[in-house]
Amino acid sequence: MSKVALTVNGKPVEVEVEHRTLLSTVLREALGLTGTHIGCDTSQCGACTVHLDGRVVKSCTVLAVQVQGQSVKTIEGLAPSFDASGARLHPVQQAFSECHALQCGFCTPGMIMAVTGLLQDHPQPDDQQIIHGLEGNLCRCTGYVNIIKAVKQAAQMMQA
Amino acid sequence: MYEFSYVKPASLDEAAQLLANHDDAKPLSGGMTLIPTLKQRLAQPSHLIDIAALTELRGIEVTAGQLIIGAATRHIEVATSMTVRTALPALAALASTIGDPQVRNRGTLGGSVANNDPNADYPAAVLALGATVHTQRRAIAADDFFQGVFTTAIEEGELITRIAFPLPTRAAYAKFPHPASGFAMTGVFVAETGGRVRVAVTGAGPGVFRWREAEAALADRFAAESIEALVVDPSGLNADIHAPAEYRANLMKVLASRALRAILNSSEGAVA
Ligand SMILES: Cc1cc2nc3c(=O)[nH]c(=O)nc-3n(C[C@H](O)[C@H](O)[C@H](O)COP(=O)(O)OP(=O)(O)OC[C@H]3O[C@@H](n4cnc5c(N)ncnc54)[C@H](O)[C@@H]3O)c2cc1C
Ligand code: FES
Ligand code: FES
Repeated sequence: MSKVALTVNGKPVEVEVEHRTLLSTVLREALGLTGTHIGCDTSQCGACTVHLDGRVVKSCTVLAVQVQGQSVKTIEGLAPSFDASGARLHPVQQAFSECHALQCGFCTPGMIMAVTGLLQDHPQPDDQQIIHGLEGNLCRCTGYVNIIKAVKQAAQMMQA
Repeated sequence: MYEFSYVKPASLDEAAQLLANHDDAKPLSGGMTLIPTLKQRLAQPSHLIDIAALTELRGIEVTAGQLIIGAATRHIEVATSMTVRTALPALAALASTIGDPQVRNRGTLGGSVANNDPNADYPAAVLALGATVHTQRRAIAADDFFQGVFTTAIEEGELITRIAFPLPTRAAYAKFPHPASGFAMTGVFVAETGGRVRVAVTGAGPGVFRWREAEAALADRFAAESIEALVVDPSGLNADIHAPAEYRANLMKVLASRALRAILNSSEGAVA
């Protein structure tokens, strides 16, 4: 067992973990942040996507001990990072809701974290950039059409 | 996952020492292959030696006609580095097609080359460019490094430290990605360096290999037509649920032609 200190959604936390414990397990089980979903556990689906020091990663494929001293943002931290009171949705969440970019919603937290990562690199992405940028996230319901629509709407909202 | 001890050494020497002291220790770089393997209990290392942050394994520079990239350099860094995009754009383009953004943000050059997955992208570039793989002990020519499926010249306790790519006059990579993972069903890297043409194929056979017939044909005439005239024997090529060997044999020609057209149609002569 080791102690790992990290920052999660802006707050410093310290957890005691086995070395084989995954970051996703710490987020969901030790910290109760169950918005980070586990869809496959084989590094394919992206449902577990979070930001690690500002870059998207699959938290089921990172060991908790690897992130000592680093900063993690999960879906729970997204709205407060945009609006300190957390009363308003982040524009990407808002656009997903308005464009009906989800059906069962299982992929949605990972999808939204991937989209916010994509918009950092490409603030006004075209279709190809959106498709390429979301290759690590699978959705079994929507057929992606409304997800692409939501990304474009979010990009506009964030520019305004 | 079976239990293991995670250790984060402060220097390359310390990492090498840890690997020497523990027979069943394994280096951990980006973890994009190793962690999924551990989750499936396909490996049981006693220790994971985290080398991803070692300064000796990081950095990108051009010196004496070579592009030198540290083993722990992540795919995203190679894809976006202005140094790589200027000196060897085909390599930057290759890196930008590996997996997906999450994988590119973690996975590293050294991890990919050490792993030598038969469908991985980087091995094609290392072999076609005639790169040199440096370890803490020696320098290994690409032609001696890759030795078949998941097999390389790397010995127990040996760590890839950096890879030196001679700068080609022109080069391009074309791949047919597996639609789910992005891995190359087949990928072909064509490079002309110091007047010599080398063609490396990944994904099609049991490990990356040089396509000598294509090299000879292109040495005669550097054009897509030279490739189209070749006949590829599918025996010995990979066949699986994704594609039979004949399909991969055809992909070799299609992708080599695409790489050539990309080279000959681009003003810089080096895109993928
Ligand atoms: C969903 C998904 C999609 C992917 N798609 C692609 C793709 O399209 N194309 C592609 O090429 N790859 C793909 N990959 C693999 C990816 O590129 C990995 O990053 C790469 O194969 C391994 O690099 P790593 O740094 O993550 O290594 P790790 O997983 O940390 O290590 C891999 C192996 O190499 C050893 N090792 C690591 N570093 C060194 C070193 N410096 N010296 C000696 N041994 C070392 C480790 O002990 C281990 O055995 C994909 C992976 C995933 C999960
Ligand atoms: S749960 Fe992590 S990629 Fe599917
Ligand atoms: S909304 Fe159901 S998986 Fe995407």
